[in-house]
Amino acid sequence: MKQKIENLRLETEAAIAGAESGRALYEAKMKFQASLKEVMSGMKDLAKEERPAFGKIVNEFKQTMESAFEERAIVVRQKEMEEKYRSEQIDVTMPGKRVVSGALHPITVVKNELIDVFAGMGFKVFEGPEIETDYYNFTALNTPKDHPARDMQDTFYLAENLLLRTQTSAGQVRVMESGKPPIKILSPGRVFRSDDDATHSPMFHQMEGLVVDKGITLCDLQGMLAEFARKMFTSSTKVRLRPSYFPFTEPSVEVDLSCSECGGKGCRLCKGTGWIEVLGAGMVNRRVLENCGVDPDVYTGFAFGMGIERIAMLKYGVNNIKTLFENDVRFLKQFKD
Amino acid sequence: MKVPFSWLKDYVDITVSPSELAEKLFSCGFEVEEIVYLGEKVTNVVVGQIKKITPHPDSDHMSVCVVDCGEGVGKLQIVTGATNIYEGMKTPAALDNSTVCETNPQMLEKNPSGVKKIKKGKLRGVESFGMLCSGDELGINNDFYPNAEVYGLLELDPSAPVGEDIRKVVGLEDWIFDISITANRPDCQSVFGIAREVAAVLKQPLKTPDCSFTAVKTDEKDVEVKVLAPDLCPRYVGHYVTNVTGGVSPAWMRKRLALCGIRSISPMVDITNFVLLEIGQPMHAFDADELGQRTIVVRRAENGEKIVTLDKKEFTLTSENLVICDGTRPVALAGVMGGLNSEIKDSTKAVYFESAKFARDSVRKTSRSLGQSSDSSSRFEKGVDAYTNAFGMARALHLVEELGCGVVTDICRDVCAADLTPRKMTASIEKINALLGITVPNEEILSILDRLQFKPEINGDVFTVEVPGYRDDVDAYPDLAEEIIRMYGYDHLTPTFLEKASVTGGGLNDEQKKELHVKNLLCKQGYLEACNYSFYSPKDMDLMKIPEDGVERNAVRILNPISEELSLMRTFLAPSMLQNAVRNIRRGNDEGKEFELAKVYLPKEQPVVNQPIEEKRLVLGVWGGGNDFFTLKGAVEELAEVFHLPFTFERGQKPYLHPGVTAKISLGNQEVGVMGELDPSIALALGLDKKVYLAELNYSIIESKADDSVHYKNLPKFPEAQRDLALIVNDELTWRKSKKC
Repeated sequence: MKQKIENLRLETEAAIAGAESGRALYEAKMKFQASLKEVMSGMKDLAKEERPAFGKIVNEFKQTMESAFEERAIVVRQKEMEEKYRSEQIDVTMPGKRVVSGALHPITVVKNELIDVFAGMGFKVFEGPEIETDYYNFTALNTPKDHPARDMQDTFYLAENLLLRTQTSAGQVRVMESGKPPIKILSPGRVFRSDDDATHSPMFHQMEGLVVDKGITLCDLQGMLAEFARKMFTSSTKVRLRPSYFPFTEPSVEVDLSCSECGGKGCRLCKGTGWIEVLGAGMVNRRVLENCGVDPDVYTGFAFGMGIERIAMLKYGVNNIKTLFENDVRFLKQFKD
Repeated sequence: MKVPFSWLKDYVDITVSPSELAEKLFSCGFEVEEIVYLGEKVTNVVVGQIKKITPHPDSDHMSVCVVDCGEGVGKLQIVTGATNIYEGMKTPAALDNSTVCETNPQMLEKNPSGVKKIKKGKLRGVESFGMLCSGDELGINNDFYPNAEVYGLLELDPSAPVGEDIRKVVGLEDWIFDISITANRPDCQSVFGIAREVAAVLKQPLKTPDCSFTAVKTDEKDVEVKVLAPDLCPRYVGHYVTNVTGGVSPAWMRKRLALCGIRSISPMVDITNFVLLEIGQPMHAFDADELGQRTIVVRRAENGEKIVTLDKKEFTLTSENLVICDGTRPVALAGVMGGLNSEIKDSTKAVYFESAKFARDSVRKTSRSLGQSSDSSSRFEKGVDAYTNAFGMARALHLVEELGCGVVTDICRDVCAADLTPRKMTASIEKINALLGITVPNEEILSILDRLQFKPEINGDVFTVEVPGYRDDVDAYPDLAEEIIRMYGYDHLTPTFLEKASVTGGGLNDEQKKELHVKNLLCKQGYLEACNYSFYSPKDMDLMKIPEDGVERNAVRILNPISEELSLMRTFLAPSMLQNAVRNIRRGNDEGKEFELAKVYLPKEQPVVNQPIEEKRLVLGVWGGGNDFFTLKGAVEELAEVFHLPFTFERGQKPYLHPGVTAKISLGNQEVGVMGELDPSIALALGLDKKVYLAELNYSIIESKADDSVHYKNLPKFPEAQRDLALIVNDELTWRKSKKC
């Protein structure tokens, strides 16, 4: 009996030492367990008084062997892992697998930024119809039929009194008609003019702003635009007002911002002037207020309007307005945020 | 508006440089788009005097001259091929390292700058230290300097100082300002009009052009003027000039015209052109002997009436056109162009001058409808005021006297329906300052309005002004506020932040937030937002196989489109998205996913009279890569989940989609969209090698039903139990039907 155990020990120890893989070790263990079972089965042939002593020996033997298996298992696992590490090595410089997100159009991006800037100042967003009547687009804005300012904008007509709005200012009137001051609105949207070259597109987007309340001044307009320039461009961007003309504002101003490219020193972008024309603005014309049922002796206001494409082109350095409407995926992808 | 610097100096003492003047004008509302220096091409050229001429030893047609070029340069030997030379002649001498204008047409082609460099050199073995110049080489013509177009050298006036810079002698030391004039200031569409602003901004006195004349009494028959359409012609001033002589206009006038790009024709015609440039009043001169019954009638044309204008073009008129007639027939198209029948000729003995105000809309309509325009018509379209009519006429008559080209008679008419009483306005200083947000000192207000000829008088907080007759644009106190601030300077404004305004809440409303949410959701799924024009081509309908009676063809049409390709307002967005896909595929962008959320325009009637329905649509397009019908459907389903929209999909059809790969999308019983693969026959016609999938949804409906709030449910306590079933079914059974079983 003892001899059997001794044989099994030698045999098993050799098998453990020779096991190079987890599988071989497992098989050796199975074999050992089967053999041990066989040895144990011989117990019934022993005398009753011999059995406890023998049982003790077998148990000790079993424990010794199992810990030998365990020790070997650690070594084998270690080896196997090292092999796995070696074989599973990858080229980490290869490109990753992405859930590729899309992007908003740069016009939407800029529009949202503008809305953010002005929403914080208490402006609500209003979207008027894109097909307007002559009245809302021109007449109510102090631009009657024979007015020379109509020549400033080449209008697309749909019927005698129906047109594609040439300016988001058309929304001004609708807002003033439907609500009483204080009014602070932003009116973004598509506008249309019969113009087609590298800097003009027959369709583009404008953002109109309107404030009507008691005691609104030209200085307020300047202050608000200064805030806009700082938030939309850089904190050092400066604002310059100069006289201009729009039928619906008086006084009217053209608003220039210091050139973001050269900081005002003069470069190709600003044509050497240090300033870039960005928007038109002014104090709302008394006649427009009257047309909208707002008493111009009680209320004053200002309005400003800018081309969203122009801002986008300045901000991103897009040099041809047409690029914005070609919808080339290589272009659109660049505006992910 | 082109304004010569030298001409402005007639009316204002300009104490600043041209570029400083440009800045001043810019600050008060007149953007100088360009300043052209006339002497730019001519450098280092002086007045030379030929002292001695000897024949060239080796050439028959060249001469060797000794030319006195003044102090510092001294006498130079210059070889010339010109023959109009004599000893003592003063002529331009281009020194070594000088530049003049290139005159050889072949060289001009190679050298578009048009500048020719002159260096000393040898001509057939004889040294030449420069070049003697023709008028052409200085870039001037006869109107600019007498006899400048003579073949050979330019003969300078004997009084020209030897050694002087030639630019100062021939008038090239001058600058042409190209000024952009805003639509509210037609009074500045003239040299004198700009001079008024220059005087005000430079704080210099204004010198008004001489308008004095003496009307000589005559026994000749009167010329009668009848204005039958005072609405279109509020003022008509006419004056009869007799004993008209031809000849040429004086050099000073020809030069002024030349500076503005106008050639001299005859004194009478030159005077009308001169007054238009100087005062901004379009004038017309009729041959008075051609005016039948010595009558002028201003009336609407009769339908079918004909006129032949000065440029020998015949027009058939309608009652929309205003005409000037004599006793029987039209003699001018009012404000646009004179008639050939009453044209000024060399033989003209008497002239009837017209200085009128024609309604700008009337002139514009006539000019546009007949396709005929002139300097006068474009001037009238901008607006001419009744005040200037008389001013322009007086100036013209003064010039007739000054030029001695006729006798101003006492036969004249001034038919005026316009109110010429000076408009008085009262304004409150407090209100002006309240609008501006600063306090402009009273003395500044007075000084500015005085400089602008408003004759201000301050009386406490109120001041009174008399609006100049040419300032039709000023009619309320904000106009005066603008006059004040543009002269006082916008840099005086101090930024404030709505100090007196009420606090208001801002931001997007729910609808606008939802729209942004939809866009962001699609972006998360890899879609790029597109932006297309709101119009497309009728050809797109054919391409999309829309039947003749298809609803998509019921579109709003632009009456004056840029081109047929951009003439229909969109009734569905799919064609634009298809064009995006096609453009991308052709550019080698093999894979893409795009969407656009925009309006379509659905007419309520045809022809369109009322504002159409503007409906928002959402279009999606995918092509190439691993994209297929289910990629697109996945996006729609994601939208359905986030916005709690129980969409159902069932087989559908659209003319432009693959009949086997098209789904109708519904919300309850309402159809809200369609999606599918582009009809392979369209793909074939477009030469596409990639499949394109399109979905178009009615966003207006979806938006009204969408609920993008989060509906939270507590998690179940127990894990889900799953059973796997395999069924054998009929081919026709759809996934959806089998799911319902």
